[in-house]
Amino acid sequence: MAASAHNAQRAGAAHNAKVMNRFELTKRLVGRLKHDEAVIGGIGNTNFDLWASGPRPQNFYMLGSMGLAIPIALGVAIAQPRRHVIALEGDGSLLMQLGCLATVAMLKPPNLTMVIWDNGIYQITGGQPTASAATADLVAVARGAGIANAAWAADEDEFDRLFTAALEKGGPSLIAARIDDKPGVGTTDRDPVRIRADFMTGLGVRR
Amino acid sequence: MTGTQTWHEIVVATLKSNDVKLVVYVPDRVFTPLIEALHADSYFKTFAATREEEALGIVTGAWMGGLRGAVLMQTSGFATIPNALASLVAPCQIPALIFVSERGTLGEFNLGQAMVCKTMRPVLDSLGVENHTITRLDELAFIVDRSIKQAVATQAPVTFILSPLLTGGKVFAA
Repeated sequence: MAASAHNAQRAGAAHNAKVMNRFELTKRLVGRLKHDEAVIGGIGNTNFDLWASGPRPQNFYMLGSMGLAIPIALGVAIAQPRRHVIALEGDGSLLMQLGCLATVAMLKPPNLTMVIWDNGIYQITGGQPTASAATADLVAVARGAGIANAAWAADEDEFDRLFTAALEKGGPSLIAARIDDKPGVGTTDRDPVRIRADFMTGLGVRR
Repeated sequence: MTGTQTWHEIVVATLKSNDVKLVVYVPDRVFTPLIEALHADSYFKTFAATREEEALGIVTGAWMGGLRGAVLMQTSGFATIPNALASLVAPCQIPALIFVSERGTLGEFNLGQAMVCKTMRPVLDSLGVENHTITRLDELAFIVDRSIKQAVATQAPVTFILSPLLTGGKVFAA
């Protein structure tokens, strides 16, 4: 498997986090949401696994616009400062829009948490290696952009601790998790209008 | 009704009267007085994004959270947003308000701006995105006010292309 080879190469990266599973971590994350937090699922397998974790009125599934999960989450966080907002994004997607980390750091939204699923591959397009496979450390990039509260989750327990702390202490914060190359478990219904309308209803917004 | 207001004063007043509180921009020389006025007015939350598509993502999230937003960019920056328009803003029916400072015509010196200027309206038309090129001060408030109301009512984005005939444009000392 090309992806396994890439994960093996990553032993030399700046972190030694355990390789976990995106769907398992997504379920853990969603299970800790107790206050109608908004969750923005990035393109592809990221929102497929969010979809598979079960319906929530406060979930938004981004079907296109690769790289914009964090900007969308930032917009929600600005509009609803009392609601915590979580962006779920893949390594390839974040690499496409690294500038958004600098914008988040500049604005310092206290209610925004960014979770990065890093499997070192463009999984949905055939497993081509991303720059994070061997060289780019996305947590270091985030810190360099000004997100002081950025960390790799060493394992599932630490992921839980970091996420709980992010919800309690406020943000902005970024948690990165190394994940395997298992495909997403579900397939999001491709109905952007309904997804958007349901999400707005879940946020208590009437047009 | 606009008296001797400048174009940027009219834009600020029209955004305010339509509850548009968030303005995200990628800087432009011609838009500088507008950007400075927005920063100086506590009614608005305004800041620079690193890229135009990022700005569109931010106002999309804000709209879904109940806050109206506009984005400002120059013509060359428009060339970076067709994917965000086609795969996020249009299919999700987001009334994004897009102000473009028109470069590439009426005295342009930068070939890159001129090429994007030629493609901008065909791209918007083929995406079915409403767009208005505004050349006259006396029509500015009407076009922007009515179009914001239409965008919200019909859940569709709108683009305002502010011509050098309106703003003065960027002057090249030949």
